Order: sequence, then C-alpha cells, then structure tokens
Amino acid sequence: MQRNRAPWEIKREIIVKSEGETDPEFGCRPEERPIHEYIKFGVINLDKPSGPSSHEVTAWVKRIINIEHAGHGGTLGA
Amino acid sequence: MTGVLPIALEDAVKIIQPLLTTGKEYISIMKLHSEVSEDHLKSILEEFQGTIYQKPPLRSSVKRRVRQRKIYYLDPLEVEGRSILFKVGCEAGTYIRKLTHDIGEALGCGAHMHELRRTRAGPFTDDVDIVTLYDLSYMVAHRQETRDESLVRKFIQPMEKALSLLPKIYIRDSAVDAICHGAHLTAPGVISLETHIKPRDIVAILTLKGEAVALAKATASTEDILEMNHGIIARSMRVLMPRKTYPKLWRSSC
Repeated sequence: MQRNRAPWEIKREIIVKSEGETDPEFGCRPEERPIHEYIKFGVINLDKPSGPSSHEVTAWVKRIINIEHAGHGGTLGA
Repeated sequence: MTGVLPIALEDAVKIIQPLLTTGKEYISIMKLHSEVSEDHLKSILEEFQGTIYQKPPLRSSVKRRVRQRKIYYLDPLEVEGRSILFKVGCEAGTYIRKLTHDIGEALGCGAHMHELRRTRAGPFTDDVDIVTLYDLSYMVAHRQETRDESLVRKFIQPMEKALSLLPKIYIRDSAVDAICHGAHLTAPGVISLETHIKPRDIVAILTLKGEAVALAKATASTEDILEMNHGIIARSMRVLMPRKTYPKLWRSSC
C-alpha cells in the first residue's frame, strides 16, 4: 500500500520572492505581545486527564484562567 | 483517554479549524483475544498503513457510513503476551478503538483497545510545552501573588504555534491591513513563501515579524506564485489579526 506522509513529516523551505522590511512601530513578534494580548491570542497544549470530557476540561481551563471564550482542537474521548 | 488537547483562548479560537482537521498521533495498548506470532502481527500492522476504510462506531458524533482515512504509520513498540503497545500516526477523525477492533479481525484472533493516549495533535506533542490543569492553577496563583508573568509565557503559547505545520506566506507591512479587512492576497504583497504549496492548500499568511494575519486558500502553487507579478494568489478564509494593527495603506473605492 502507498505510504502517506504525516503533516509533521513534510519538510518545507522558505523562498524569498522580493525584498522587504517590517516597521518596528507596528505590531510585534508573537512572543513579545503585552501579557493581556499574549493571553488573548494564546493556545495551551493541555495534557487532558482521563475521566472528564474534552468539553468539561475546556470549561475548567476557562474558569481557572478567568477568560470568556475557549475552544479545544479535537475531542479526546473520556 | 489522556494526552494532547490543544485549547485556544479568546481570539485564538479562530485557529481551531485547522487543528481539528490536522493529523494526530496516539500510543495505545491493544489486547489480543488469543496469542499470535510476532511475524503475523507485524505483517498485519503493515497492511493497515496507507488508506483504510472505517465505519464510525455506534457511539460517535458523525454519520455512520464507511469512510476513508489515512494511516501514516503504525508501529508496534512492545509485545508482552497478548498485550501490544503500538504507536499510530493518522488522519483526523480516525477511530482508534475501531482500528484496534479491525486489526483484531484481520489477525483472526479478535482484539480490543485497552488504553489510549494522544501524543500529537498537529504541531502539538506530549513532550514539548505540555501543561496539566494543576500547572495552570499554579500559574494563575503565582501571577496573582508575585505579578510575575514568566509562567504565563511558559505555559501559554502564541496562536502562531498552532499554525506551524501549515504552509506559510510572509507579506509586506503595506499589505497587512487590507487582508485584515477581508481582501485576498495578491502577488505584489508577497515577500517570501514556503515550498510545496499547491492550489487549494490552506495557508497561513504572516507578517515579517511572524504574526498571523489570516488563514487563506492558495490559488496557485509555490512555483507559480514566484513567477506572478499581479493577481490573487490566496483567498482569505479567516482573518486573525485585528484591523488597524498595521497602518491603512490601501485606498477604498468609495
């Protein structure tokens, strides 16, 4: 059977099309966002415990860090 | 079931779609219903690599019709009597409990899933930056007591991390705000891009600082984009950056 490569097995390189610089006055590197923004545009790689559903765990995360919205990327059955 | 469950916060929930549809990796223990030779096991596991047909189990949230799923790899790690520890890399929406059952059928002895841990969801793995609920509680308490942000920056990742397996296109500052207003990306806005982009691929549009601007669907290949001087090269699907983060350098028609 033909072997398919997993998305994490695909190696890509960056090719430059044209010259350009970015103005430090606008935006900032993702790691350097002010803490409020950092959380607002943040993702947590959570180690889900067994037992509670993905949905319940997501609700707990919302409560623990006191935020309005959160969503999980792919149900992991209880 | 335990393991990698990426959780997007607040405005980052917009990046969930590509995480849902990206590949996953699991480690599982399968119990055989009678013993089989290791050679037989290995050859059957090998047969399950590639494209498989799977009918979703009774208790599932999707329509129960046979569908195709890609199994990227399926490797036995340890065999102890009738217990098989194995690792599987698979397409999103593959049911491992069903896969285990079907492997049992193919082996001729029957099998069921005993334990399951997700070790990868797209770019997130269970050995880098993974945190527990306890870590998060500690992070919040520590920050309240000390005003120290370092744990927050350690336990939470920028949403761009979730996009790291998507092909990336870097654009010039002057193109950013138009994209934030829903415009499609045209060739002159492109500074650099990754290899192996094909038409219809979902791509991440980023600034030169590495900030996510939008998710888009490529309309041309890497090779074609490099040759193009004008015209749309990616159609915006989901804007991720707030408007006015970068200055408005485009003219509206009215």
